[in-house]
Amino acid sequence: MAKLKSLMNVFRQESIWISIISIFLGLLIGAIVMLIGGYEPILAYQSMIEKIVGNPYDIGETIRSIMPLILTGLAVAVAFRGGMFNIGVEGQIVMGSIGALFVGYFLDLPPVLHAIVAIVVGAIFGGLWGMLVAWLKTSRGINEVVTCIMLNWSALYISHIVVRMFMMEEGTARSKLIQDSASIEIPFLIQWFDGARIHWGFIITMLLLVGYSFYMNKTKWGYELRAVGSSKHAAHYAGISVNKTIHRTFFISGMMGGLVGTFEILGVFKYLAIAPTTSGLGFDGIAVALLGMNTAIGILLAAALFGALMYGSQGMSFGADVPGEVIRMVVSIIIFFAAAPGMLRVLFKLRRSTRRKEVSARGNDSVSH
Amino acid sequence: MKKKGWLLMLASVMVLTLVLSGCGAKNKETDPATGGSAPKSDLKVGLVTDLGSVNDKSFNQSAWEGLQKLRDEKGVSVKYMEPKKDAEIIPNLNQFVKGGYDLTWATGFTMMDPVKQIAGENPNAKLAIIDAEVQAPNVASVLFQEHEGSFLVGVIAGLTTKTNKLGFVGGLELPVIKRFEVGFRAGVEAVNPEAAKNLKVIYTADFSRVDKGKSAASTIYEGGADIIFHASGMTGNGVFNEAKERKQRGENVWVIGVDMDQSLTFGDEITLTSMIKRVDNAVIEISKQLEGDKFPAGKTTYMGLKEKGVDIAPTSTKNVAPEVLEKVEEYRTKIINGEIKVPSE
Repeated sequence: MAKLKSLMNVFRQESIWISIISIFLGLLIGAIVMLIGGYEPILAYQSMIEKIVGNPYDIGETIRSIMPLILTGLAVAVAFRGGMFNIGVEGQIVMGSIGALFVGYFLDLPPVLHAIVAIVVGAIFGGLWGMLVAWLKTSRGINEVVTCIMLNWSALYISHIVVRMFMMEEGTARSKLIQDSASIEIPFLIQWFDGARIHWGFIITMLLLVGYSFYMNKTKWGYELRAVGSSKHAAHYAGISVNKTIHRTFFISGMMGGLVGTFEILGVFKYLAIAPTTSGLGFDGIAVALLGMNTAIGILLAAALFGALMYGSQGMSFGADVPGEVIRMVVSIIIFFAAAPGMLRVLFKLRRSTRRKEVSARGNDSVSH
Repeated sequence: MKKKGWLLMLASVMVLTLVLSGCGAKNKETDPATGGSAPKSDLKVGLVTDLGSVNDKSFNQSAWEGLQKLRDEKGVSVKYMEPKKDAEIIPNLNQFVKGGYDLTWATGFTMMDPVKQIAGENPNAKLAIIDAEVQAPNVASVLFQEHEGSFLVGVIAGLTTKTNKLGFVGGLELPVIKRFEVGFRAGVEAVNPEAAKNLKVIYTADFSRVDKGKSAASTIYEGGADIIFHASGMTGNGVFNEAKERKQRGENVWVIGVDMDQSLTFGDEITLTSMIKRVDNAVIEISKQLEGDKFPAGKTTYMGLKEKGVDIAPTSTKNVAPEVLEKVEEYRTKIINGEIKVPSE
């Protein structure tokens, strides 16, 4: 009973409503735009839902597209909580995939061990790349946003060089395949999901989600992180080493990013392509963290929403010929409203606030005069 | 009151949405018989573009135009999907393959691995790929002899250049793009050995970055070249931009377009000619072979000058001198006869 009550209390919180209203408005405006464009919104949303849960294959692929969003959401959220903005998850993803690729291709290890080593190395690669940002911030005072964006491109071009120098597959624009022993596919689940690319990264992601909540709320490091996020100076005065916390936070954040790249290499693609741009997953992670309000459960839900919407958008273009850009637009509107809660407050609570103002104005009258 | 007003408005918009959607536009792409008199066919053909779009003014668009022609001629149901991320390519191919389409096209070299995988997983499905060769019993591969067409525009460039300096802008350094460069060089060499020596080649490592195309073009024009041949997809738009700016400043520079007749997009005051790849013809021809079980599964079809797979744009007469075009025809016959063997790598 008490639990139910606390659950109900969650829905009394304004922030939850802001998220829900943002989602609703996003879908609604998306529908209006589709109407203006001469498409059928109902058919579009219907085919989108069909694409998300219509058959085992699509359910599996939806789960696969949600997973990296949870991780990038966590990566951004960890930094957010510490008062920092990790916009460099993109680069950390690339570095993670380079690490995983190296281990997966060059080392000869027994099956399970090989995958574990590849995952650990991938995570560390991403973590160190993140820590580079933190080091530049603490030792040179460079704003992390600037270095993050620059390092994203550096990571991308490093991946081009590495692939070209060490493991280019002749006649293609990608690296050679990793060895089978490094694969983290789950064969029986893949079969169960009719060929959808499900891998062990799913379990690790879920564990990390729980671990994130635990780390933030129950550990000393998590406490320090939040303290630094609230006020650097107060934290410093309280005897917390601010620089160490920043380094640690960016390492953890980068590790999450690195894991995304690692899982994509070991579980989905098996190779690293020479891509002209980074994946965009890191930027989506910012939206996930924002809508999820940096909480574990929120990130899970937000990632599920965005992942499902983006995967489902393919169904929309197939079933109702609606261009996939419409869903990107819906997602941006959701982010827009979620990021500007003041606007929703103005829209929906105008009456209450005016009344409050009247009351306070009257109250002021009696005092000041 | 104001709150109620908002709710009312939201509700009315919802109702409007419901009502209007009833009379919204019908499914444009699936309905083959829009005119009512078009022939009917049970065949369904799908197209998955590479990471571009069907409006790329290049080979994705050409492939989709081919399918549209097929729809109008034969009443075949056609549909396309545009993957936005690498990870979406396989689900998009599966959408068609698992959805019971008779044939699924994939355009582009980057689709090679996904097509191979899907073909292996679905031995009963038929797939076809452009610009790559997939060894599978149920995949038809189409390769264009880009070097032959590039040879012809090379002849044009070699005979038209005033400065005896030429440029080539490529996207990623892939075997298919290399064929453009090598063929072009051979064509220039055949008519103007000096210009071939002064051929400046830049690979931008990118098919979608207009800015990189612009800076590459700037470098080449700055070096004194007056004609650039590009084979770089959207990146090439930057080459055209740069040429347009220089033309306005009075410099006499030209661009040779690629894949489609790009003078239609960028104007014939800067487009000397284009090396067109008739992806649409290939798509139509091979899709037609579905009827009567002649589908060339497991085979590679080569589309060269002889097969009318590559050519110079029909609008070339506007900017290219007649005597140059005569020379082009001469070389065309020689290539088709086999008198000249154009190198491809």
